[in-house]
Amino acid sequence: MKLPPFQALLDEHRVDVYRYCVATAGRSEADDCFQETWIAALRAYPKLRRADNLRAWLLRIAHNKAMDLHRSRGRRAVPVEAVPEPAAGGAAPPGEGALPDEEPELWEAVRGLPPKQRTAVFCRTVLGMPYEELARLLESSEDAARRNVFEGLRTLREGWTP
Amino acid sequence: MIDNPNPNGMADLAEGGDAALEAALRSSAAALPGAPSPDLDRMLAERAAAEELLDVAYATVDSPLGPLVVAATPRGLVRVAYTESTADAGVLEELARKLSPRVLEAPARLDAARRELDEYFEGRRTDFDLPLDWSLTGGFTSKVLQATARIAFGATSTYAEVAGQAGSPRAVRAAGNALGANPLPVVVPCHRVLRTGGGIGGYTGGLDRKEYLLRLEGVLI
Repeated sequence: MKLPPFQALLDEHRVDVYRYCVATAGRSEADDCFQETWIAALRAYPKLRRADNLRAWLLRIAHNKAMDLHRSRGRRAVPVEAVPEPAAGGAAPPGEGALPDEEPELWEAVRGLPPKQRTAVFCRTVLGMPYEELARLLESSEDAARRNVFEGLRTLREGWTP
Repeated sequence: MIDNPNPNGMADLAEGGDAALEAALRSSAAALPGAPSPDLDRMLAERAAAEELLDVAYATVDSPLGPLVVAATPRGLVRVAYTESTADAGVLEELARKLSPRVLEAPARLDAARRELDEYFEGRRTDFDLPLDWSLTGGFTSKVLQATARIAFGATSTYAEVAGQAGSPRAVRAAGNALGANPLPVVVPCHRVLRTGGGIGGYTGGLDRKEYLLRLEGVLI
């Protein structure tokens, strides 16, 4: 198996992985998520059997690390029915996961989605990832990947006012 | 961003509000930090080393002969490579293929090598005091290069002499090939090996570089 030097992966995918970590694990946990992801990737890398689609492989690891961080910080994933109502009461206090942008509540709501939907919404809307790649990342069928994007967006839309 | 046609009748449901929602997600994502801080890269390399996952650390070192890529394993310096530009990826691919794909830029791991090379090029150092990893050599090449490593600053030898010291006095051409395959130029001073009779011979980095080094060492005026 001919694998590129690991630094080439880091150079090519560092930004996507970091943005994924900020968007889904929150800013305060993004650095941990980023480091745990790359260390796990480095550990597994020499045994990797396919060198195609390394982005999906890396984001799969990031997905798992973001879930680990959620668990270890004692946060339960908020069930779909209980997504925080972003519009209620105006500006929510900037929680530890708040993003310094115009729509922090939107990403707060993304972080409230079940993990697969969270990842699916990010990869699809921000990275424009093809469903085939997203399916590989989620270890699911393409239909299931579509459903995760769809369900995630539907939940977000319910609690969101443009 | 939703593909069309969308199976399972999702397309219709996904139209409308989702376009604005996705636009909002994209624009707020654009406000996410573009890249992690350089500190994070440094910490990553340090942690990789601490967990014994940094098989090959490398850095780029400026020199009068152009940028050098220097690389080390936990055992020692394993590669010094002339490059025509810092974007030259060939040497990193060679390291990934021959040693381990766990190749990371980690300048702090090469501080000692950088310092000694700087001192050498400034004329303040005549021999290198760095642990060497000979993994990229083997057999006769290794013997020739180890004999070459013993040639002192300012002295020279010949292809025939190093062939003899490597145990095969008649393998002069093979000794030349071994020197041409030196993975550690400058540090293992193959530039100090000349032709019998005083001809300058060849050099993988180009004759200009060989002449520069021999002038630096006072062999050529």
